[in-house]
Amino acid sequence: MSDLSRRQMFMKIATLFNGVVGVLLAIPVLRYVFSPMTRAQNSGYQRWISLGSIDQFPSGETRLAAYRNPVAQASDGETADIPCWVRHIDKSTFQVFAINCAHLGCPVRWFPQSGLFMCPCHGGAYYSDGSRASGPPERGLFEYPFKILDGNLHIQAGELFTPGPSASIDLKMPDSKRPPCA
Amino acid sequence: MRLIRGIGNWVDQRLQLGAPILETMQHPIPRDTASWFYVFGSAAMTAFGLQLVTGILLALIYVPSAGDAWNSLQILNHQVSLGWFIRALHGWGSNFMVAIVLVHMVQVFLFGAYKFPRELTWILGIFLLLMTLGMAFTGQVLRFDQDSYWGLGIGASICSRVPVVGPALVTLMLGGPIIAGATLSRFFALHVFVIPGLLMLFVGLHVLLVLKLGINEWPMPGRFVRRADYLEKYHDLTHREGVPFLPYGIWKDVVFSGMILLAIAACALYFGPFGPTGQPDPRIIQTAPRPDFFFLWLYALLSLLPPSLETPVLLIGPMIALIVLLLLPFFSGEGEKSWKRRPIAVLTILLIAVTLGTFTNMASHVPWSPVMDAWTGAPIPAKFVSGRTPLQVQGALVFKSKQCHNCHALGDSGGKRGPALDAVAVRLTGDQLVRQVLQGGGNMPAYGNNLNPAETAALVGFLESLHPSGQAPARDASRIAEVQP
Repeated sequence: MSDLSRRQMFMKIATLFNGVVGVLLAIPVLRYVFSPMTRAQNSGYQRWISLGSIDQFPSGETRLAAYRNPVAQASDGETADIPCWVRHIDKSTFQVFAINCAHLGCPVRWFPQSGLFMCPCHGGAYYSDGSRASGPPERGLFEYPFKILDGNLHIQAGELFTPGPSASIDLKMPDSKRPPCA
Repeated sequence: MRLIRGIGNWVDQRLQLGAPILETMQHPIPRDTASWFYVFGSAAMTAFGLQLVTGILLALIYVPSAGDAWNSLQILNHQVSLGWFIRALHGWGSNFMVAIVLVHMVQVFLFGAYKFPRELTWILGIFLLLMTLGMAFTGQVLRFDQDSYWGLGIGASICSRVPVVGPALVTLMLGGPIIAGATLSRFFALHVFVIPGLLMLFVGLHVLLVLKLGINEWPMPGRFVRRADYLEKYHDLTHREGVPFLPYGIWKDVVFSGMILLAIAACALYFGPFGPTGQPDPRIIQTAPRPDFFFLWLYALLSLLPPSLETPVLLIGPMIALIVLLLLPFFSGEGEKSWKRRPIAVLTILLIAVTLGTFTNMASHVPWSPVMDAWTGAPIPAKFVSGRTPLQVQGALVFKSKQCHNCHALGDSGGKRGPALDAVAVRLTGDQLVRQVLQGGGNMPAYGNNLNPAETAALVGFLESLHPSGQAPARDASRIAEVQP
């Protein structure tokens, strides 16, 4: 009888030992699985990147540009070539819009004739300054921060734009950003 | 023949699996369940088997790399002998599997098979449904084309709306900051290892439960399920009046599974493989991404929900649906099984079917999307321009050049995002038209910044001419009062 309880205690110790080993192994596994998130928190994915000379973007026009995502691997192929819309307002005033619709991320197209960005998926539309015109989007187009260095247009890029929980905050757009007629 | 039997006997003397397998196959079932209504579960399993085999065959060629996946699909389609056919079998097999799983679920629900003591079988079935849909979505991602790329963007946008952890979820889902190589690799791991492994485990448990608890008896109106005496009654049905599954029931399963395989092969042969559509190059923006058939209803729902309801419905709706499905056997674990005495069950199924069918049908017309090339591609039907004044014809040109046609139809041509303008002059006066065009509203953008006064006058002139010959245009009552003192 005492032998049985001894063996049962051994079994408990063995199980406990295995549990401890399991927990120890789980730590690196979890860190590996969650590494994309920890990297976003530690070093971040955003970098300043050049779109080339500002001469490519005539004043008063909106043109399609593309950049190689600053965080890219060889196996990414064409998926790391990210397009964006560059609106040159005048002199050194620009607006650089994400290609992704603020509704669900489909690629918006610019129509200079009607001065609208239209989304082919669910019919979102935006004015030339990126503010929401109609359709399901809750906010205007996403904008990259930009600066001009030595005649080149630089934007801060690196992460896919998504309408996050912050989407509702941006609904309160300053009046100056609203189109005059809306 | 004798040699084969000899080898078989030699193996079975050591394995000793023949007798238990035969005993399992010959387990007694209620006589009524040897029916054509009881073949969908085995058919779903057959479709799953086909997916496993064709999936492994595709993995011989497919390259799970964002830079090469699309090219490897082209090689499968055009260079490898019958590669297109294996792709088509896998694609159509997927559609059939989802469809059969849904039919199986409806049959189980209407026959009350989820009631005591088969609650856990139902719950495992719900997880099997989720995994099947998961396989359908991840499989669509592996077909790494434009639809797949932008579909991932839609998935990421939905994930990002989860409160607090949304942005972290997006990074975890994409495996990095953007849709790229790491994204495809992790969806490959999900589609090829994680979900199929879980599916096999859950299918095994699901079938084990069917064997342990017995197949649901044919529901008779008035025969109630009660926890107190159900097992006893079921024992009578199987052991006194029952028949062995082999051969009474199984031959129908075998025939139906064969028919399903034949149907999948016929579709694969006739319709061919799905895509791939254009290359997954985000710089190619002349694209209108569409989900695969079984997610079209979701595509429609996302277009039609009011913006304020979208996030709650997207995030809370599926949770409620899942909880309702999981708790169903606990709320109605007893009572009537026959669908003839369960009108609400039948109506629920009909309502869901009609709703999903309507959404799916709408998603094949996409009335909510602008027709992006209507302004250059679609003609204005002649009856809307013949006999018009020069100003009105000029207005028709403005209508085209300002892309109005992308959202507004004339006759049968143009977009359906906004109302058709065939008879707009009957609804709106000239002044109202000017206001609507310049200020927008009612989900229409304002064009005040993009129309000069001459263009506005011409456009409104054209719109004012759009009324059927028998119907007078709208009049401004206040102005009429001024003219007629």
